[in-house]
Amino acid sequence: MLNKYPLWKYLLVLFVLALGAFYAAPNLYAPDPALQITGQSSAQVIDQRTLDLALDALDEAGIAYFGETIQDDGRSALVRLRAADAQLPGQAVVSRALGDGFIVALNLAQTTPDWLGDYGAQPMKLGLDLSGGVHFKLEVDVDAAIERRMETYVNITKRALREARIRGFVSQDEAGRVEGRFRTEELREQARAVIAESSPELVLDRVDGDGEWLIYAAMSEVTRREIAEHAVSQNLTTLRNRVNELGVSEPLVQRQGQNRIVVELPGIQDTAEAKRILGKVANLEFRLVARADAAASEKQRFEYRSPDRAGVTEWLERDVIITGERVQTAQASFDQNGQPNVNISLDSEGGLLMSRATRDNIKRRMGVLFIERKYRTRYETDEQGNEVVVKVPYDEKKLLTAPVIQSALGAQFQITGLDSPLESSELALMLRAGALAAPISFVEERTVGPSLGAENIRLGVKSVQIGLSLVALFMVIYYRVFGLCAVIALSCNLVLLVSVMSILGATLTLPGIAGIVLTVGMAVDANVLIFSRIREELGNGLSPQMAIHAGFERAVATIFDANLTTLIVAVILYAVGTGPVKGFAVTLSVGIVTSMFTAIMGTRALVNLIYGGRRVKSLAIGGRAAA
Amino acid sequence: MNTINFMGRRKLAMLFSLALLVLSVGSLATKQLNWGLDFTGGTLVEVHYSDTADLGAIRQTLAAGGYEGAIVVSFGSDRDVLIRLPQGYSDAEGAQLLQLLEESYGAGVELRRIEFVGPQVGDELREQGGLAMLLALGLVMLYIAFRFQFKFAVGAVVALVHDVLITLGFFSITGAEFDLTVLAALLAVIGYSLNDTIVVSDRVRENFRKLRRAEPLEVINISLTETLGRTLVTSLTTLLVLGALAVFGGEIIHGFAVALMVGVAVGTYSSIYVAANALLAMGVSKEDLMIPVKEGAGQEDLSP
Repeated sequence: MLNKYPLWKYLLVLFVLALGAFYAAPNLYAPDPALQITGQSSAQVIDQRTLDLALDALDEAGIAYFGETIQDDGRSALVRLRAADAQLPGQAVVSRALGDGFIVALNLAQTTPDWLGDYGAQPMKLGLDLSGGVHFKLEVDVDAAIERRMETYVNITKRALREARIRGFVSQDEAGRVEGRFRTEELREQARAVIAESSPELVLDRVDGDGEWLIYAAMSEVTRREIAEHAVSQNLTTLRNRVNELGVSEPLVQRQGQNRIVVELPGIQDTAEAKRILGKVANLEFRLVARADAAASEKQRFEYRSPDRAGVTEWLERDVIITGERVQTAQASFDQNGQPNVNISLDSEGGLLMSRATRDNIKRRMGVLFIERKYRTRYETDEQGNEVVVKVPYDEKKLLTAPVIQSALGAQFQITGLDSPLESSELALMLRAGALAAPISFVEERTVGPSLGAENIRLGVKSVQIGLSLVALFMVIYYRVFGLCAVIALSCNLVLLVSVMSILGATLTLPGIAGIVLTVGMAVDANVLIFSRIREELGNGLSPQMAIHAGFERAVATIFDANLTTLIVAVILYAVGTGPVKGFAVTLSVGIVTSMFTAIMGTRALVNLIYGGRRVKSLAIGGRAAA
Repeated sequence: MNTINFMGRRKLAMLFSLALLVLSVGSLATKQLNWGLDFTGGTLVEVHYSDTADLGAIRQTLAAGGYEGAIVVSFGSDRDVLIRLPQGYSDAEGAQLLQLLEESYGAGVELRRIEFVGPQVGDELREQGGLAMLLALGLVMLYIAFRFQFKFAVGAVVALVHDVLITLGFFSITGAEFDLTVLAALLAVIGYSLNDTIVVSDRVRENFRKLRRAEPLEVINISLTETLGRTLVTSLTTLLVLGALAVFGGEIIHGFAVALMVGVAVGTYSSIYVAANALLAMGVSKEDLMIPVKEGAGQEDLSP
């Protein structure tokens, strides 16, 4: 029978729509404004006592709350608030009551019911332009990192030649290469062998000058890329750690392109505070562990940083051997016995200081201190009697490790005797975080106030509604019953679009909403193609059933071609674009795919249900052909 | 249905297109585009006043505060103010400027957004945008050449270049700000205009195979007439939603909606006159579209 779908096709359409409705449903539940409480360090547990303190503070300030819970892992607690504008004052009173050591962050708590959440249904994430917050783009100065490494190579080469007693003049040329000048060719050949051994990753180039023999050592492209890669990933790790400290509920720290890092902090308004923490510098100090008989004025006591050794302390000498600026790299690896270790390389100055300090102190221990700038909050009253929050900086120094010095150390040495590869990689990470990383600068910064975010959502939703109604009105007037089918299919398309976005975990932005609006406009195109084809076939004298059949069949190839090319453009937009453009591209591509399903299969199912399998004299499709 | 003699006026259309193109390219060459913050770099601060904002007073406050070259305009309503600083101010300047405004006006100032874009980013963006556009054109051409025929690919790309240039020209002549969302809109125009062109080309191909005796000009006229209804309806529905977006979507998305509206209008025209015109100019004939006879079975017959 013409224009009858087999039962399974109807069921398939129904099933897909039901699935779509299910996964789109969480977006209907507006999230609650909430406060999230976490500990400053990962070891801190949030217990009932902490929560009670916070709740008392809220009670006192007259802020209504409900549904307070402590997360199962005991790392954080969530307090939901009745009113959104109570979030900021709530944050202030709670962080005051809890004091330093706790982070109180603004959060939007999901209200997705359990029966949806159990099957992984989640609402769409909102982009910064809709939720309000700060967006930073940072650039890592990769050239500076390469430059610094090249300087180290000059020093390493100088020392290697000196140790091998090869006379020559080593300097850095304008291109940043290591340049060695030698009186004879024989000397140069010897030097070449020495350099090739001391720095095998360098590319050597011999040039014969006027009465002198030159050698140039440059970094290979691979080495350069490795250094750049390393500098960026190191900054990425450091930034992630620092962002966690900011206490933002869903921060994003993401690499973008060659040397950029994007940081997005929803809910944050105070960019100065955010920048201070992101741009903060950590440092290292290497000091000898004090002898037991050292005078009290010559030693200091430090705690270990690792939670495993919480409470254990060591006495270190007050004299600092070197600081983190001298550390070039630290890498976790294994020694010849397969034991985990950390390789550290210092610059030449650092190597000199290190060897001077260690050669007479073999078998003593050396402590490595990790120094972080932290802030204590104080509340003061200014002249006008207003309470102001004052952040007082202080340096927190904690001990990373205190290994025994086995031999006189130089610019390159190892820390061995580590328990596990995990420990060695953590130590290397901390050493690198403390070492001066490649400098970073802010190249882009966007702050969206919460009121603008809310307004953007309101405007976006309004334009979708108005756009959809206008199109619906037009379609029903122009195509009658068929228009109605198209409108139903279009609404289903919106539901599917939202559900796919939710399942993919895509972020909805304002351009994303524009993409949805555009999809609404373009999705009807498929139906328009089909319907005008049906009208044409009717005009050609086909029976209504034949016309429906032919109209759908003929139009599908055209729809496919037209949509596929648009999809190509959307994918390019996604690949090349950043930020807002990406958001637009995502909704556009998802919309194209879902609209093909609803406009072709969905509309067909509806039309078949209405007209299929019975005698039809005329079709309510409007236009001259139907008359 | 009577066939409309579209191609009878193709010389006129060509002149019209040429005039538009000359105007656009001329304006682009002399006046260039009013590049938005995304491309130029600099700082932008949008604030909301609880009362009608006095732009003159704000300008004075800023001048007294040492912000030279600050542009102060109202944004959408007379309470919303947009302040743009040229490049050269540091990334911390936006927050300080806000503080200055708060001090001079009191609690009635509310931050809507601050944007800072460093100089490195803008240049890159322009390069990337251009690259994306070329890439889109190239891939699309390849796909059409593969699905249809090379002459159709050229026709489609000529139409696309035509649409993009004229939309750009519109932005140049009106001096409307060209920001990242407008760039996205421009790429969407490529997608949209293409959609239209393909629907027409699809019909042209079908009719070349079906109407074996007809002259190319006649075939194209018939195809355009047959698809005219669909072309107009789709453009109309798209323009309806874009209109809703332009009117109700707020200032930030306004440029995007306008760019797309211009693009859709030009795209509709170009799918009728430019792409088909290019096809005729290249001397398209039914030989171009005959399905090559495959070896053995599996030969398809598309004509009913």
